[in-house]
Formats: sequence, C-alpha cells, structure tokens
Amino acid sequence: MLAQQLFNAFVLGSVYALFSMGFTLTFGVLRVINLLYGFYVAAGAFLSLVAVRDIGVPLWAAGILGAFGTGIIAVACDSALLTPLRRAKAPELSSLIVTLGGVLLLNSLMLLIFGAEVRRFPVTLLSQSPISFGVLQIGEVQLVIIVIVAVLVTALFLFIERTRLGIAIRAVAENPDAAALMGVNVDAVFIGVSFLAATLIAIAGILIGLNFNAVHPYMGEPLMLRGFAVVIIGGLGDIRGALVAGLALGFIEVMTAGYLSSNFKDAAAFAAMVATLWLRPSGLFGRSVTRRA
Amino acid sequence: MPTWLDDFLWAYSSFIYGLGVNAILGLSMYAVLALGQLSLGQAAFMGLGAYTSAVLTVRFDVPFPLVLCAAMAASAFAATIIGVPTLRLTGVYLAMATIGFGEVMRILYINTDYIGGALGFSGIPEKAQGSIIFGLLAIILVGFFSATRSKLGRAFEAIREDEDAARAIGINVTAYKLAALVISAALAGLAGALNAHFSSFISPNEYGFDTAVTILSFAILGGATTPLGPVLGAFVLSALPEVLRPLHDFRLVFNGLIIVLVVIFLPKGILGFRMRRVG
Repeated sequence: MLAQQLFNAFVLGSVYALFSMGFTLTFGVLRVINLLYGFYVAAGAFLSLVAVRDIGVPLWAAGILGAFGTGIIAVACDSALLTPLRRAKAPELSSLIVTLGGVLLLNSLMLLIFGAEVRRFPVTLLSQSPISFGVLQIGEVQLVIIVIVAVLVTALFLFIERTRLGIAIRAVAENPDAAALMGVNVDAVFIGVSFLAATLIAIAGILIGLNFNAVHPYMGEPLMLRGFAVVIIGGLGDIRGALVAGLALGFIEVMTAGYLSSNFKDAAAFAAMVATLWLRPSGLFGRSVTRRA
Repeated sequence: MPTWLDDFLWAYSSFIYGLGVNAILGLSMYAVLALGQLSLGQAAFMGLGAYTSAVLTVRFDVPFPLVLCAAMAASAFAATIIGVPTLRLTGVYLAMATIGFGEVMRILYINTDYIGGALGFSGIPEKAQGSIIFGLLAIILVGFFSATRSKLGRAFEAIREDEDAARAIGINVTAYKLAALVISAALAGLAGALNAHFSSFISPNEYGFDTAVTILSFAILGGATTPLGPVLGAFVLSALPEVLRPLHDFRLVFNGLIIVLVVIFLPKGILGFRMRRVG
C-alpha cells in the first residue's frame, strides 16, 4: 500500500516538476512571472485532444502537435504582450499584470468557445489493465508519464549545460546586456525560451489530461497554483530546485491525502510554500534571490 | 423621496449596493498598488471577511458593527501571516503567495460543511443598508485623502518613487509595505462582509482568481493618481455589463482586455503607480 502510494506520488510529482521547470526557466531568463502558463496547460491538452478525436492522428503525434502548437501560441502571446513592455523597460510587476489580464481573457474565451464540460480522450487509446510488479499496480499511462518526463528532464539539463544555445540562455539569464555585448542574439534567446518553456508546460498538460483522462478549460489552474509553490520552494529561476521541489510536492500531497485527508492536499502545497518563505526564502538550494530579483 | 426614485432604488438596490462594495474593493487594491506592490489576494481577503461575518451574524447573533470589525480583523490577520515573510522579498513573491492563498481558502470553504461547503452559505440577514455602504465608502475616501498629506502618505509616496532612496533616508520600507497590505486586506474584508449582508448568500467560487483579477482591473482602469481613480474604475466596470447587456457574457474577457490594453499602451500611464524598474 505504501509502495503503491509512493509510486503514485512519483508520477504526480514528475508532472509537477515538468510544469515547474518550464515556469522557472522563463522566470530565470525573461524575469517574468508568466501567468499565461495556466492557459498553456489547457491549450496543449485541447490541441492534442482535437488532433486525436477530430483529425484521428495517433496519440504520440497528437502530443507533439499539441506541444509545438502551444509553443507557437506562446511565442505569439509573448510578442504581443511582453515584448512591448520589455522594449519600454516597464517595471517587472507590469509584465505580471499583463499576463494576468491575458490569462483571464484567454481562459474566458476558451470557456465561451468550448464550454465548461470535461472532455475525454477515447478510452480505446489507453490500456485499462494495469501491469503488476510485485505489490505495485502500474498503469500504462503512468509508465508513459515517467518515461517522457525522465527523457525530457535529461534532455533539458544536457541542453542547458552542454549546447551553445544552452550557454547563450544561461548568459542571458545572468545578464542580458553583457550577453548582447558578447554577440548573443538576446531577442532570439527570449523567443527560444518562450517556445521551449511553453512546450514543456503543454506536455505537462497533456500528461495530466491523460492521467486523469479529463480535459477542460480551467485544468491549468490547479497546476498553476502548485507551480507557484514549487518554484518558490525550489528557488525562483532554479531549474534543479524546481525538479526536486516538484517531486517533493508530489510526495507531500499524496501523503497528506493518504494519512490526513484529501481535502487538505492543496493546503499542504501552500503550507510548504509559506514555510519556505519564512525559513528559507531563497529556496531549497538557496542561491542569490537578491541578485535575481 | 419621489416615487420614481423609490422604485428605481428598489429595483436596482443590489446593483447599486454592488457599486459601493466594488468601489471599496478598488480602494483596497489602491492601498497596495500605491506602494508598487501587487496583491492578488483581494478576493480571498474579501471572502474571508464575508465568511467570518456570515458565521458571526447567523450562528452567534453578534451585533452588526462588531461583525464588520471582526471581518476586518480576520482579513488583516491573514494578511500579516502572508505579508511578513513575503514583503522582505521582491514584489513577485507577494503576488504569487496571495494567489496561492486565494485558491487554498476556496478549497477550505468548499470542504467545510459548517459554512455550507460547495453549496454556499445562505440565509444571511440583509443588514447592509445603502446608507451604511456608501457612508463607509465616504469615510474610507476621506481617510485616503487625509492620509496623502500625513507622514504615512509621504512615506508611501517616497517608497513608490524610489524604494532604495526611501530606505536610505530612514523609512522602514518593509513595515510600511506590511501596513499597506494589512489596511488593504482589512478594507477587502469589510467589502466582503458588506457584500454578504446585502446579497444574503455567499459561495466559495465568488472569491476565486477571476474576482481577484476583476478587482485589479478596477484599480488599473481607474488609475491611481488619486483615490478617486479606483472608485471611478469600479463604477465603470461594474456598470458597463449592466448597461450593455450583450457584454454580459464577455464580462471577464472584457476585464482581461482592459488590463492588457492599459498596461501595454499606458505602461506608466494612467496607473500613476511607478513600480520599480527592472535592471
């Protein structure tokens, strides 16, 4: 029973980690708390759902379509909403406020267009019988989630640490002006990071949609709330912190639901966040909040 | 009072009371924005006030003035818990922590049967008269105007213009930020209590993220060079969907659009808040 719960926690936590890594990456590089990410979760899930149900492409292709489609939407939103503010050197809170207006606008539009009802992926796509490993019952979807998240996380770390573009991204995160003087195309890095972060978040949305087999316009909000908790616990802009904190939040939630009450599981995320703010405001691995801020 | 006016007030009373409450909410947002801070917990503070007041009135039969004070105190207390750790940090932390707070409160209300759970809390006596609502609004406005010329107002202005310079001349920036947040939360709590006592029914979903953003849009549209700005913004944004019926379904879309347009095209603009620049 405990082993099963730990496994479920791991699955949930890896989706949180994926979402939060995209979220924190954007903050680290663009210095923006982008609330549109709640919308991108739903956008990715809706795009792939439409691709599967109405166009009839296989699930893996629909996933790629959903992720890339959302990436393109994100680049469009960024150039419409955030680029003008960056040009005007507007205060950092105004970019937060503009994404706040944007997410309200897009979510309510989506609600008007698609309605509030929950949509589902065709059941035939997903194998229903779980595979048994000793005491563990592992669903096919869970297995897919773990593999996809592991591959993406590894690829992201290799990309950021080893490639030229990754070095450029870190340089821009450190200091955009200095990076520009070193010949880095800062605008291109911003676009690339928007795209990359949004695809990660869309994939998190698709995976969570598959896991619970439920897709609806407001599905991004709970993930968004947990994303806040995770990036604060992990340290704003810290990708490694987001990974660890995301997994940790999965465990905290499942344990709270299992041993206290499932009603408190959202409160648990928030309690962990407030505790972090009181005790260790710069996050788990405590790097310079002051410099980043 | 002429008959037509009497009829008008009777037919539109909840709409008119709503205007007053929204104006108070706009002012509560102004109190934090005036320091260049962003709280997205106004809806949650409002909800906390509403639920506190509803419980005290219905379950304990506490007198109304005391209920209003308790609602303000409850929200102010919650603001202190959130504000003390976050206000030492940069503005984004307060924004994120207050969003999180709002969602958690909503979930707590839904799961607490004592206050009606997801179905909401009904049967709250309609004790909030128009005179009480607009009287309090007037008092608050006078308070804001007299504060502008006080030590508090000057300190707020100094912090808004340049936080580092303010700190250098010996202003306790964090304490003033906390004061602003607590005042703002208390006002939102008051608005929530008033709202509960004229609509007689409250439910957890009234105090979600959408409401928080709507309250923000009051202040953003109205601008904040003067406390009258958010009041005007609240009046306009609350009245528009009533006047232009077709707009009603698109109310939230419209609020979102207002925020986007104002921030992009008037970045420092009618806001009058000069928030800290990046870099």
